[in-house]
Amino acid sequence: MDAFLHQVLAGLATGGIYASLALALVMIYQATHLVNFAQGEMAMFSTYIAWSLINAGMPYWPAFLLTVAISFLLGVIIERVVIRPVENAPVLGVVTVFIALLVILNSVTGWIYTYTIKSFPSPFPKEMALGRFMSPHELGAIGVTLLVLAALYAFFRFTPLGLAMRAAAQNPVSSRLVGIRVGWMLALGWGLAAAVGAVAGMMVAPIVYLDPNMMGGILLYAFAAALVGGIDSPMGAVIGGFVVGVLENVLGAFVIGNELKLSVALVLIIGVLLVKPSGFFGKVHVSRV
Amino acid sequence: MSKRNLLVLAAVLVIACALPFLVSNYRTFQLTLVLVYAIALLGLNILTGYSGQISLGHGAFYALGAYVTAILMDKAGVPYWATVPAAGVVCFVAGFLFGLPALRLEGLYLALATFALGVAMPQLLKYHHLEKWTGGVQGIVIPKPDAPFGIPLNSDRWLYFFTLAVALLMFALAWNLLRGRVGRALVAIRDQHIAAEAMGVNGALYKSAAFGVSAMYTGVAGALGAIAVQFVAPDSFNIFLSITLLVGIVVGGLASISGALYGALFIQFVPNIADEISKAAPWAIFGVFMIGFVYLMPTGVAGAVRLLSRRRRSQ
Repeated sequence: MDAFLHQVLAGLATGGIYASLALALVMIYQATHLVNFAQGEMAMFSTYIAWSLINAGMPYWPAFLLTVAISFLLGVIIERVVIRPVENAPVLGVVTVFIALLVILNSVTGWIYTYTIKSFPSPFPKEMALGRFMSPHELGAIGVTLLVLAALYAFFRFTPLGLAMRAAAQNPVSSRLVGIRVGWMLALGWGLAAAVGAVAGMMVAPIVYLDPNMMGGILLYAFAAALVGGIDSPMGAVIGGFVVGVLENVLGAFVIGNELKLSVALVLIIGVLLVKPSGFFGKVHVSRV
Repeated sequence: MSKRNLLVLAAVLVIACALPFLVSNYRTFQLTLVLVYAIALLGLNILTGYSGQISLGHGAFYALGAYVTAILMDKAGVPYWATVPAAGVVCFVAGFLFGLPALRLEGLYLALATFALGVAMPQLLKYHHLEKWTGGVQGIVIPKPDAPFGIPLNSDRWLYFFTLAVALLMFALAWNLLRGRVGRALVAIRDQHIAAEAMGVNGALYKSAAFGVSAMYTGVAGALGAIAVQFVAPDSFNIFLSITLLVGIVVGGLASISGALYGALFIQFVPNIADEISKAAPWAIFGVFMIGFVYLMPTGVAGAVRLLSRRRRSQ
């Protein structure tokens, strides 16, 4: 029983990270109806920035905040420079550009930082009372994830800018008519998604270690999480993230073994797309023929 | 085929037959890989270019073909040439079956599902219950075939001509398939799904058949690739292989048969040149080329060639 509980709690911790990345995916999907294949590599790149800052002698939390800010800027720049020109291109073109971003970020990181695995510090204490079930880092990661989610919720719900961004995503034409700069709202959305991804990257790096390919599997789980929850539902993405995290850990530990963990994501993705393409919390999509 | 095209084709064939005698064995091996990639790209192009279904996981079918060949040769002692059709059949079935659920997925979602397939494939190949056949992480080493009947060719050149023969057959089949009824039906489904159905085209059948045929081409390429490299291992079939194939069709040109050859030359030789700059450089360059082609030349090299020759003729 203890072992089971331990797996569930560890699953919640990684689930929180999947939830953040899934949320980043959903934010971009809502605004542009595109799935950002480069989301994981953007998070990975941000984590390397944090690593450089910390290695240069900066204390953890200022480095954390500075990384989030830099990632936000990078996200905005990527949207403006790379994504903008293909906004209305056919799906294959857009997917190609995303994949291109993925490989460019991956190889540039490998170029700058080499492919050797690096350890990444955790800001949380080593020992703690609850240590039997959950490491402090896992608990801390869940806490940070929930904080990020609360902050995002408050931003979208209670600030005029958040309202403008939601409006731009929902109805670009009408939004433009009431004076919202829709293009910039999209760029801001990309920036926010990149910032959220950066947090996820910094939280997962102490667990999986830092290397340019660290996000491949995590991105897949985030896709699965976003689809389980419904690709257009932020709340669903978060719940989906926790569900996928727990499923992955419990199935990996007790049913199919760690070797096939990624296949859980594959089966989940294809299964959800086939059985319930709108996910559990998403809107059912109806298109006019 | 016009007289001019026939002349071009004959010239290409003559060059293809003469090349291995003019270059080193290692270059011949690389040229063999170009042919292998060309077949794989042709397969991906049938799916993505002609029938409009995006696949980011074709490396998985390439891996399947390679493993079918390696296992048949290693465990069952089947001669190498007989494993190629077997790989094709297995991949056709696998592709057709994957194509059935894929019918319900469009555009982005299909890209997602196939991406997941591509990422998960190495792990499946490493699965320890399959280790008896797949050799686990170590993979399988297979022997290099020699030229039969005492033909005076070293094994690199022989393999090149064997691959060339298979490639010619596959290209001829694709050319016949795509310019006729089937090709038109696929393009019709891609461009106007509903109109095509109204004209009596069985969309579901054609789309999953396209998936099957595409997987078959890629599987045959995987089989030939395994024979040429003499080695299969899970980590050589990761998601970057699938992305390499995507680069190939974007650069070569979508919905174009000759594009497969341009794309194959690109993905074989550009990383070689870029490797001299840095280990990471090939992928950075691939990425930049991908974005560049989408922005500036969406029809790829094949489209540019077509445009140029048309312009020259009209002058």
